[in-house]
Amino acid sequence: MTIFDIFEETYIALKSNKIRTGLTMLGIVIGISSVIAMTAIGQGAQASIASSIQSIGSNLVLVTPGAQRGQGFQVSSGRGTARTLTQGDADAIIKEVTLAKAVSPEISGRYQVTSKGKNTNTSIIGTNSSYLGVRNVEISEGSFITDQNLKSLSKVAVIGPTARDDLFGQGANVVGETIKIKNIVFKIIGVTKAKGGTGFGSQDDMIFIPLTTAQRFLAGDAYVTTISVQANNPESMTEIQDQIKVLLLDRHNISDPTQADFSTLNQADIVATASSVTGIFTVLLSAVAGISLVVGGIGIMNMMLTTVTERTREIGLRKAIGAKRKDINLQFLIEAVVLTFIGGVVGVVFGWAISFAVNYFGIIQTSVSLSSIFLAFGVSTGIGIIFGYYPARRASRLHPIEALRYE
Amino acid sequence: MIEIKNITKTFSQGNENTFQALQGVSFAINDGEFVAIMGPSGSGKSTLMHILGALDSPTLGSYFLDGKDVSKLTDDELADIRKNKIGFVFQSFNLLSRSTVLRNVMLPLVYAGIDRDERKLRAEKALISAGLEETHFKHLSNQLSGGQIQRVAIARALVNNPTLILADEPTGNLDTKTGEIVLGTFQKLNKELGRTIILITHERDVAEHAERIITIRDGLIVEDSKIHERRIITSIQENKTIQTHP
Repeated sequence: MTIFDIFEETYIALKSNKIRTGLTMLGIVIGISSVIAMTAIGQGAQASIASSIQSIGSNLVLVTPGAQRGQGFQVSSGRGTARTLTQGDADAIIKEVTLAKAVSPEISGRYQVTSKGKNTNTSIIGTNSSYLGVRNVEISEGSFITDQNLKSLSKVAVIGPTARDDLFGQGANVVGETIKIKNIVFKIIGVTKAKGGTGFGSQDDMIFIPLTTAQRFLAGDAYVTTISVQANNPESMTEIQDQIKVLLLDRHNISDPTQADFSTLNQADIVATASSVTGIFTVLLSAVAGISLVVGGIGIMNMMLTTVTERTREIGLRKAIGAKRKDINLQFLIEAVVLTFIGGVVGVVFGWAISFAVNYFGIIQTSVSLSSIFLAFGVSTGIGIIFGYYPARRASRLHPIEALRYE
Repeated sequence: MIEIKNITKTFSQGNENTFQALQGVSFAINDGEFVAIMGPSGSGKSTLMHILGALDSPTLGSYFLDGKDVSKLTDDELADIRKNKIGFVFQSFNLLSRSTVLRNVMLPLVYAGIDRDERKLRAEKALISAGLEETHFKHLSNQLSGGQIQRVAIARALVNNPTLILADEPTGNLDTKTGEIVLGTFQKLNKELGRTIILITHERDVAEHAERIITIRDGLIVEDSKIHERRIITSIQENKTIQTHP
């Protein structure tokens, strides 16, 4: 009996009971398609979170005021309110942390901003020229804040596209226009490019002004709310973080590192934490989908056992005309594997369609990986072998006389 | 050439409760003979049929088929014997209802590893020998009459050129007239193609179509006789009346 003969027998057998074959296959289809869709959604979520973290800059170490006690990061309710980081700290970091590529101190706050009758409440960031490179901000029109602006305490502003739309209307040409922040007139010198993304507060709904101007006219003191330090490469981030800690502890006269009045946040850590969280979600989702796959496999076994019982006389006849155990075993095993394999193929198509739909309706950016498709084929074939093994073995061990007598 | 010597078969039904279906049976059947094994139910004829058909092994005794002792073989070795040397015709036909007539007849050749083109040729030849019209070859068994189905089964038993064709109550599910036609087919195969046929039945009328009747009762042979006055077969065609003169 050649493999071709067996496949022919399988085709006839599966075709003769279309509804049962279809329903049993459905179990595998649902299992495989949900595994494919869930891993695609999980990986999509992971990628989108990672990219939204990357959009705040690359290789960043963020220094923020406020205590960091115990393990992990404190809930940031106190962040920004504690006034422990000063301009002097930022200058010291620029001077002493030599591994740092760029340092950008900033002071942020929400203020009412008005322009010719329109007004909005938005984030005002006081910062220096390094901010552009450190935070991956690009300019679409005009220019960004220069060091000269800082020196001369210029009342100039660079506006984000969302803030511009709110104040001047969609896509208005605003360079040269003026806005009032806290009733102080600022001249707009540039517009940033839209970044999109909402992960960490929209980067587009912001107005940037020189740090010194913000300190003098808005905050009224020399404190800063965040110091962003950019490393040359991801490897040096931990070292920079350690250097900053040592430097600032020394400057703040704190001997016990657990009593530090500032915290440092390594971007790599945020990415790692976020991706481990999404990783856990992916595993969880896939595990739930995997359970449905096992249930589908049990359905296969159930059907194969029914088939073997139904076809007992046929098995008896096949044995009477010379079929050996391995012939019968192989025939039923292949029947189960063909069933699960076809279910797997349909499941992959379905799963791909689901993740395409999720993508299409903009719920989340999904990506079906080739490896998950190969895995699905492997798993569905494996399920056929595992759940088909016992029924096939049972069929092959039937005694021909008893099988022929079976009513 | 078939020779069985002192065959016994004991079935144990639980502890110490044993039943001896065959209590020492011996006979020899030459090539080309048409033998009926007759006996009432419970006589042991089915057990004997299973042993002759290499479906089961005797408890004691030996069974030579074509000079080879097949009484002490493993399951797979018995499967080989069945594949190459024995053709079965059953009371309940046992055709695969999903497959066409032709595929049913080709099935033994599939297991024998004959290539596809030859399978078809041999199956068609066997079907013609068994007296089935060519128009039915592509039909499923539910499109055929009982007599036609049994002739498909005969063709299937014939297709691998077996040493021995074993027919177990082949007319049991057929009416008398159709049964006569099927028995006529066996007679023709025996006469014209020289096939060795063993017919197992409990009916004397059926057994008398053979040339020799071995009567078995309670696991022992009680009579072994040859019929010398042969009946005259006028025709085996379905549409003509068959007259038999015992």
